[in-house]
Amino acid sequence: MMASRLPAPAGVLIDRSKPITFNFCGQDYTGFQGDTIASALAANGVGMLSRSFKYHRPRGLMTAAGQDANTLVQIGDEPNVLADLRAIEAGLAITAQNVFGSLANDYANVLDGLGRFLPVGFYYKTFFRPKGAWRYWEKLIRALAGLGKVDVGAHHGYYDKQYLFCDVAVVGGGAAGLAAAQAAAAAGADVILIEENVRLGGALNYARFDVEGRRGRGLRADLVPRIEADQNIRVLTGAFANGWFADHWIPVIQGNRMYKLRAGAVVIASGSYEQPLVFRNNDLPGVMFSSAAQRLIKLYGVKPGTRAVVATANADGYGAALDLLDAGVDVACIADLRPQRGDGPLADAVRDRGVPIVQGATVSEAIPQKGNLGIEAARVAKITGQGTTADVDDRFGCDLIVTAVGYNPTANLIHHAGGTFVYNDDTAMFELTALPQGMQAAGSVNGSFDIDAVIEDGGKGGWSAARNAGCKVGPMPTVRNDRGAFGVNHPWPIFPHPKGRDFIDFDEDLQVHDILDAIAEGYDDVELMKRFSTCGMGPSQGRHSSLNSVRLTARATGRSVTDTGTTTSRPPYAAETFGVLAGRSFEPERKTAMHHRHLELGARMMPAGQWWRPEYYGPPERRSLSIREEAAVVREAVGIIDVSTLGGLEVCGPDAAEFLNRVYTFAYAKQPVGRARYLLMTDQHGVIIDDGVACRLHDHHFYVTATTSGVGGVYQHMLFWNAQWRLQVNITNATASWCGVNLAGPKARDVLAAVCTDVDLSSAAFPYMAVREGTIAGVPARIIRIGFVGELGYEIHAPASQGEALWDALMVAGEPHGIRPFGIEAQRLLRLEKGHIIIGQDTDGLTNAIEAEMAWAISRNKPYFVGKRALAIQEKNGIKRKLVGFTLGNPADPAPKESHLVIRDGEITGRTTSVNYSYALGRTIGLAYVATDQAEPGTAFQIRIEKGRMIDAVVTKPPFYDPDGRRQEL
Amino acid sequence: MVFALLKYGLNRHYPRVHQFPKPRDLRPSYDVVIIGGGGHGLATAYYLARDWGITNVAVLDKGYLGGGNTARNTAIIRSNYLTPEGVRFYDESVRLYKDLSNDFDMNIMYSERGHFTLAHTDAAIRTMRWRAEVNKHFGIESELIFNDDIAKLCPQLNLSDKARYPVLGALYHVPGSIARHDAVAWGYGAGAAMRGVDIHQRTEVLSVTREGVNGTGGRVTGVLTNRGPIACKKVIQAVAGASGQVAAMVGMRLPIRTIPLQACVSQPLKPFLDKIIVSGSLHVYISQSSRGELVMGGSTDPYSLYGTRSTLDFKEGLMAHMLELFPFLGNVKILRQWAGMTDMTPDFAPIMGETQIENYYIDAGWGTWGFKATPVCGKRNAEMLATGRVPELIQGFTYRRFHDYNQLGEKGAASVGH
Ligand SMILES: Cc1cc2nc3c(=O)[nH]c(=O)nc-3n(C[C@H](O)[C@H](O)[C@H](O)COP(=O)(O)OP(=O)(O)OC[C@H]3O[C@@H](n4cnc5c(N)ncnc54)[C@H](O)[C@@H]3O)c2cc1C
Repeated sequence: MMASRLPAPAGVLIDRSKPITFNFCGQDYTGFQGDTIASALAANGVGMLSRSFKYHRPRGLMTAAGQDANTLVQIGDEPNVLADLRAIEAGLAITAQNVFGSLANDYANVLDGLGRFLPVGFYYKTFFRPKGAWRYWEKLIRALAGLGKVDVGAHHGYYDKQYLFCDVAVVGGGAAGLAAAQAAAAAGADVILIEENVRLGGALNYARFDVEGRRGRGLRADLVPRIEADQNIRVLTGAFANGWFADHWIPVIQGNRMYKLRAGAVVIASGSYEQPLVFRNNDLPGVMFSSAAQRLIKLYGVKPGTRAVVATANADGYGAALDLLDAGVDVACIADLRPQRGDGPLADAVRDRGVPIVQGATVSEAIPQKGNLGIEAARVAKITGQGTTADVDDRFGCDLIVTAVGYNPTANLIHHAGGTFVYNDDTAMFELTALPQGMQAAGSVNGSFDIDAVIEDGGKGGWSAARNAGCKVGPMPTVRNDRGAFGVNHPWPIFPHPKGRDFIDFDEDLQVHDILDAIAEGYDDVELMKRFSTCGMGPSQGRHSSLNSVRLTARATGRSVTDTGTTTSRPPYAAETFGVLAGRSFEPERKTAMHHRHLELGARMMPAGQWWRPEYYGPPERRSLSIREEAAVVREAVGIIDVSTLGGLEVCGPDAAEFLNRVYTFAYAKQPVGRARYLLMTDQHGVIIDDGVACRLHDHHFYVTATTSGVGGVYQHMLFWNAQWRLQVNITNATASWCGVNLAGPKARDVLAAVCTDVDLSSAAFPYMAVREGTIAGVPARIIRIGFVGELGYEIHAPASQGEALWDALMVAGEPHGIRPFGIEAQRLLRLEKGHIIIGQDTDGLTNAIEAEMAWAISRNKPYFVGKRALAIQEKNGIKRKLVGFTLGNPADPAPKESHLVIRDGEITGRTTSVNYSYALGRTIGLAYVATDQAEPGTAFQIRIEKGRMIDAVVTKPPFYDPDGRRQEL
Repeated sequence: MVFALLKYGLNRHYPRVHQFPKPRDLRPSYDVVIIGGGGHGLATAYYLARDWGITNVAVLDKGYLGGGNTARNTAIIRSNYLTPEGVRFYDESVRLYKDLSNDFDMNIMYSERGHFTLAHTDAAIRTMRWRAEVNKHFGIESELIFNDDIAKLCPQLNLSDKARYPVLGALYHVPGSIARHDAVAWGYGAGAAMRGVDIHQRTEVLSVTREGVNGTGGRVTGVLTNRGPIACKKVIQAVAGASGQVAAMVGMRLPIRTIPLQACVSQPLKPFLDKIIVSGSLHVYISQSSRGELVMGGSTDPYSLYGTRSTLDFKEGLMAHMLELFPFLGNVKILRQWAGMTDMTPDFAPIMGETQIENYYIDAGWGTWGFKATPVCGKRNAEMLATGRVPELIQGFTYRRFHDYNQLGEKGAASVGH
């Protein structure tokens, strides 16, 4: 294809004073600022941009609008870039995709010759014998499939997102959209107008509405300045309204920015996709839509060829022919598919300029240049019936074939919203039958083609949208002009050729017979046809294949096109990058009030849900030593652990005790003020879901703790139930307001006494399981005498803002006693020595309170708690497993890992849940589920550890350490 | 080229074997009516015809064949479940899958890739070890592996400890596979149709007729469809997302909530990822299809809904987490997103077998994980319908377990992994 630049006014988008040099497939080219890659290459006479998916046939520009897969190229680490959309930049290095060898010499092109051995769905038919063969074939098929390449070393870009709001969103900045925006704004609506191209005006920029070629420019000059001057309208160009989601939630993507737009009402004025004419070799570079040729000329000032044949079934083909003539392209012939001459000034003008017009004829074949790199000539033949042509034809030498056989609505967003279309046999178009609430359609997507009707339609759409958005509107505008939908679409622009290469779907290399063969095999529902043939599944998502394939399916199955239906389009409208969707990584991280103190003390932090908690203190190479030392300090002197991540719930109101009685298993009604009590929560199945402590601060006020990971669910659970019970109780999740530490060890009281003078800490005045309010070094605090680790201990909860002060005061006070902070690992070990379970570790999604040996925490006397009935039934029916403590039969055996299985006679009867080596006891201890008949203390059982080895274990009743609990009650 | 393709290529006419004979009109009666022409319904028909010679069978679907969740799923097949019931059941399915292409004479593109369930917390490590141990107990290749080994098997994965949720290890399941989901439905459908089963598309069951309903569930005698009534001896429902609605036709209340599950694919890319990667903590999974598309999804939507709407937040959340695992995918593009309706049970295990209603059987509760069960369901449903006895393999899946507090606890292995 030879082409060259045209003088202004052609080329409204390019700035000829700014040449830009870029590289395509190893060669430098120069274009102008404003060029796309494809337009700049076209200006340099480069027509081939890619190789097709299956047969590796040369492909070139077809829509010039970024709507087809022919222009997909690779730029560095970015695969699948649309060359007719992406602007050139200095130094850009562009390569071809999916070629073996080079774009010019792609040896995978042999597949084109083997095409008949690759029927539709060929991969379903073979490659699986003998069994296992697919494993090998798949490698080959996978290597052939796929377009662009991923660079596994590429950088992760983080992009920001922004929210937008408006009364009326107008999607599409063509004539209809401009009119709609203006009408809505006139009614006082706050309008956002979204246009994917860089220049407003849509077809006004390139289509030919009149013989002189002035109308489009004139209308644009009238409409656009008014839009730009309107304070009520914000214009986003180069922006894709990329989907419609419930309640007019529209992602608008402009470059690397995603706007999330919430609109009051929406006008879809997205236009329509020009549709291909199907004939042999209709995929060659140089075969393009009339709108593509016009875009090249008008937008980029590029002459699309030297000698053209135009196949048309509507006035737009004649408009394009005039543009070609004006651009100095020799138009060899017009094949007008309609039996009778289409009347109209454009056709007359073409005839007047001496172009031969053959009526009732089509291009029946493009004759390729060597290697299919372009067009040599076009065969034009008379149409003899639906899809058939005469045997005799005329051959016209040409390098360009321009087709204009009709349109299909750009209905993507309407489909997303659930709008429906029905095929009108008279206009041969899909036409809108139902629109969802708050959505309007205007312009050619709504079946309006006459430019005056389009503008009227836009005005009406904008008016309706403003009304929907609640604006005060004037009388409904009337539509006077005929919408001009007749004589636009040819009902059957499909001319199969006995030798094939008559493409229906360019992305997927599907020809007419592929569609027919799929149907003949029984895939005759349009959805099945699509899925079996993959028609419409490629990068352009059926933009150019859906209409013709549905027509073919309808005819082959003897149904109407409407009965055949159409496949719906799904979001997104245009391909969108992972990076833009992801935006900035927004993972909340929660840090406790003492976080920085832990870091200063050299803590190794680990994630606990969204929180960070100290795992242990010290360098990783001292891990086990540190854990051991931390545990020892707690047993021998005093340790301190940050427990701020525990949930804290304030349960207040006259029914607070009754409420706890119902959501937890224990009894709280008679719990005295100043006492703390264990909490166990079960669900309706009796399954344990959380635990904690209830502190009664006043008659009507409990402070309730919950597990770090459980508190969110506990809070929801409480609200859920109380929504039904309607008890007089107020529940607040105050987790983030409180910080907390646990001070534990024989010296804990001495440490606390040094900083807390307003609470009597004596054992008699402040016994085990009591709760007091006081101040610690001036910080108001709730002090609970409990101990997960089984030592004399105080859990101190204070306002989160005072976390560091609290920590510092205790560390200073503890110094003479050898205080050390301890982490989660030491705590896990210490609590295991006491046999305390951790919800989620020692319980699973089905553990009920009886299996976990928690019957002691269930009040039998109260009438109800969530899970009571289930537990009663399960207790009666008998349970199948029990959580027990164990020690090893042979202490020299390696310790099992957590989750190793308990095996009896080759059957699984349980698993270990917690295992640790206790330095205090000098042996390995653990918790495990076993069968109920293995649960008696002293029973021997076997655990299967690594490499299938079996080791002996003995059921040992916990607590392993200080079984009488004297230490914590000191 | 392969012989089969030569045959196609050299034949002047495309061998137009009609895989799905044009269905007859509805017959007034059938021995068995199968409600739902997804993979499960079609497989049931196939094995009834092939293994038991029962061909007077109708498969009724309100839409097109295989157009429900079968058409929408992401086709992950694995057997690394947590409960012995689950492991044995899915293992049989995996075995059947391996032979399907040959059984059907149609390539279902069963592709063994290796399946990684990543663990980002020590709690997850414990669950993965538990699954690995149970799997190995039943002879299934699963292993808990740590980052050194993950790096060798899937070097693309971001194993940095700087990540927000660093990877600590993974359950590596060698037999984890993907297949072409549509082909599975077509293979079963064509095989059933070839043996005389009637597949009626666009035929919706509106109600189920029963007799002897007085205080009991009664006995099923037929169904009423939008195309007329059908009498039959036995009915099985296999309608996935519509399970609750169809069961209500016989007065059954199922402990099932229907919740949308979404998925999406990227544009086709040259192969760079062989493995199937799942992260429960990040709620994402990904594999690369033989066409080169990245097939991706996450956990179910946060609400129940009988609808298949897509949402923007699904994609935003999914991609944010995907880029945590594969930071280099930032410039790769999404091509299409969609949703299915999943029938979720409280314990993430299915509901199969008999019901309180005589002659009425159920195949439901497939949630986000039922594609992989298609063959075993078909085979065992057929056995049950033919013999009148519930096979041992599926007895644990009875609806009664919800009354008897005998739930199966498959959540840890089924939630995001599908
Ligand atoms: C996005 C997504 C991803 C998934 N990924 C996986 C995965 O990776 N691995 C996996 O194993 N599983 C996966 N699943 C789950 C899996 O898709 C389903 O469990 C499985 O396909 C169920 O098959 P089915 O035949 O039971 O149901 P379906 O395929 O849904 O078939 C049910 C059929 O019943 C029909 N029907 C309903 N009501 C009526 C009526 N009244 N009358 C007549 N016909 C009726 C429907 O039209 C439908 O065709 C996924 C699901 C989704 C939605």
